[in-house]
Amino acid sequence: MQAETNDLQYADVNNDIVRSIVETGPRYYVALGIAGGVALLCFFFPWFYQLYFGIGAAGLNHPGVWGTYLASFIFWIGLSHSGTLLSCVLHLTNSSWRKAMYRSAEAMTLFSLMVAATFVMVHVGRPWFIHWALPYANQMEMWPNFRSPLLFDVMAIATYLTGSSIFIYMGSIPDFAAVRDRTTGWRNTMYTLLSLGWRGTDREWHRLHWAYTFLAVLIIPLAVSVHSIVSWDFAMSLVPALHQTIFAPYFVVGAIYSGTAGIVTVMFVLRRYMNFEQYITKVHFDNLGKLLLLLSLIWTYINMVELFTAWYSDTSTEHEALSYKLFGYYAWLYWEMIAFCAVAPLLCISGRFRTSMVPMLILSIAINIGMYTERFLIVGTSLSRQYLPDSWGVYVPSLVEMSIILGSFALFTTLFLIFVKIFPSVSIYEVKETMDTPTVTSNAEPIAPPEGSPA
Amino acid sequence: MSIFERFTEGWKKYRKPGYYREFDYHWAMTIDLDKCTGCEACVTACKAENNLPIVGEEEFAKGREVQWIRIERYWEGEYPNVKLGFIPMLCQHCDAAPCETVCPVSATYHNQDGLNTQIYNRCIGTRSCAVYCPFEVRYFNFNDHHWDSPLDQQLNPDVTVREKGVMEKCTFCIQRIRQAKDDAKDDGRRRVRDGEVQPACVQSCPSNALVFGDRKDPDSQVAKSMKDPRAYRVLEELNTDPSVVYLKKVDAKG
Repeated sequence: MQAETNDLQYADVNNDIVRSIVETGPRYYVALGIAGGVALLCFFFPWFYQLYFGIGAAGLNHPGVWGTYLASFIFWIGLSHSGTLLSCVLHLTNSSWRKAMYRSAEAMTLFSLMVAATFVMVHVGRPWFIHWALPYANQMEMWPNFRSPLLFDVMAIATYLTGSSIFIYMGSIPDFAAVRDRTTGWRNTMYTLLSLGWRGTDREWHRLHWAYTFLAVLIIPLAVSVHSIVSWDFAMSLVPALHQTIFAPYFVVGAIYSGTAGIVTVMFVLRRYMNFEQYITKVHFDNLGKLLLLLSLIWTYINMVELFTAWYSDTSTEHEALSYKLFGYYAWLYWEMIAFCAVAPLLCISGRFRTSMVPMLILSIAINIGMYTERFLIVGTSLSRQYLPDSWGVYVPSLVEMSIILGSFALFTTLFLIFVKIFPSVSIYEVKETMDTPTVTSNAEPIAPPEGSPA
Repeated sequence: MSIFERFTEGWKKYRKPGYYREFDYHWAMTIDLDKCTGCEACVTACKAENNLPIVGEEEFAKGREVQWIRIERYWEGEYPNVKLGFIPMLCQHCDAAPCETVCPVSATYHNQDGLNTQIYNRCIGTRSCAVYCPFEVRYFNFNDHHWDSPLDQQLNPDVTVREKGVMEKCTFCIQRIRQAKDDAKDDGRRRVRDGEVQPACVQSCPSNALVFGDRKDPDSQVAKSMKDPRAYRVLEELNTDPSVVYLKKVDAKG
């Protein structure tokens, strides 16, 4: 299937990917330094300032008590969605084009979830008591409130984080073993521990595949439930524009949509800067482009349904919320979102567009800007127009909030940069599965590939 | 009686329909909009009684003022035929309160007196209760507040001063209710008499527009007042079952 991988040998795959871990150029350190520095300066410093002075450092007010922190939380949870979910679906449907990209996609899931969990702490007023939201035996004999959608959320995210961590780790065990066999020193010790004594026997492969498929089946409903539950934080309220049954599927689709766009961005960067041109090919961009097109259509459809039901309800509160969303203070953001998430992805109809790298990168970033706006609007416009006109108001994010949003991207990048030096960021053994079996198995002297490899 | 029967008996008792609506007292308030002049004496009294912070000009402009009871103003019609309407808005102490279900740490709950209470020490500041409240009567402490000397001398010792990151709202002056119940117990009475306890807003209302009492007692002033044909509840269609009842203002023109 992949014409570009035909000249590759098994040994080349190992060498290329181990090289990406062991050999570290100055460019990497510069990137890590910048990302880490920005994370510290733009994320942690403003956060500490806010911890000291209170949530007042953000632009929040009454009635806008929820703001960009919650929008960022949903955004990062959403971004996390495609990674593991897409990887699972593609694994179960035997799509071999998944194999080169799934490791980085799953890592994206993991780190987005971590950033999202951090945003919960940034969001709450007294994060030093955040553990009260966890069910643990304590001297107060107090349990958290199990009726609360926010508590469902804590549970769902904890489960998803655990599930996707195990999934990415288990899929990496053979690769850890491969790296272990080619490294020395402290790396060898680390990978010896991480590979859990993997020897590559038939039994081990059999068990790995069985367990991997089992987890893949388990994670799909889990991923769907996680974002449904995130939507219930909003949909279970009585706020006019939030109290909607469509919210659960809306959030799930939105999450997969922004996550898929995120994968395109990450793949572009990996391909360009980690020299993975032979593994991440145009086929991947083509397929992900098709997926983006499908998701954008579903997303647009749900948006139209949302507007229609609000209009059809013919109640003054719903009408006010609707007209405020379309023509009110935040209207320009709404139309920006429509332009980026509903109109721009239609370009993916063209096959030439899908296989051009830079336009796909621009589109994927535009989609995620639009999706961030969507999350902000869900919080911002709805809270601004509630039942009592006396408490209508406008919420505008403060500099601290803007800085923390920017810093969260740097935090994510930092985590990802650390990841690519520890995990083989392309799956060694699964890439090999897509290649032709060499006639002589030898790492030392690779031979020419056979003619007429299967398409 | 076997252990299983004992369990099922206990379960039945606990699962008696509506057990969660059986209160010792059922505190309620009526607000007669015909009598209300919008003088905001209740707002001031509440601020003094409950140690509400004076947030200052800058914070006020940001929309962060704290008023457990506020006078909402509404204009009807176009100039010059404008009519001003106002309505005091405070925590409605809903018996089916959305804020209570959403709090992940149960910092707000319904107590045995039918009050919607807020436990400041338990609050972690998710602010979800303020979003879920359709009446917008929950106020968040965005910062720590200070009372410069000698203003700190006038703080009410019966009420805590809330720290940053905590939600707060009207309590129906729970400290006065506690005091009245204690006094009743000391006198050897089983119940608080009608009119014995008044929140600060009710006490300070010059036109007696606000009436407070136990609506479980059919002879109480508030129970009688609630039967008034003018009685209605704000946003009743949301089924939150508020404990605050408004008596509609009747115009001369009808």
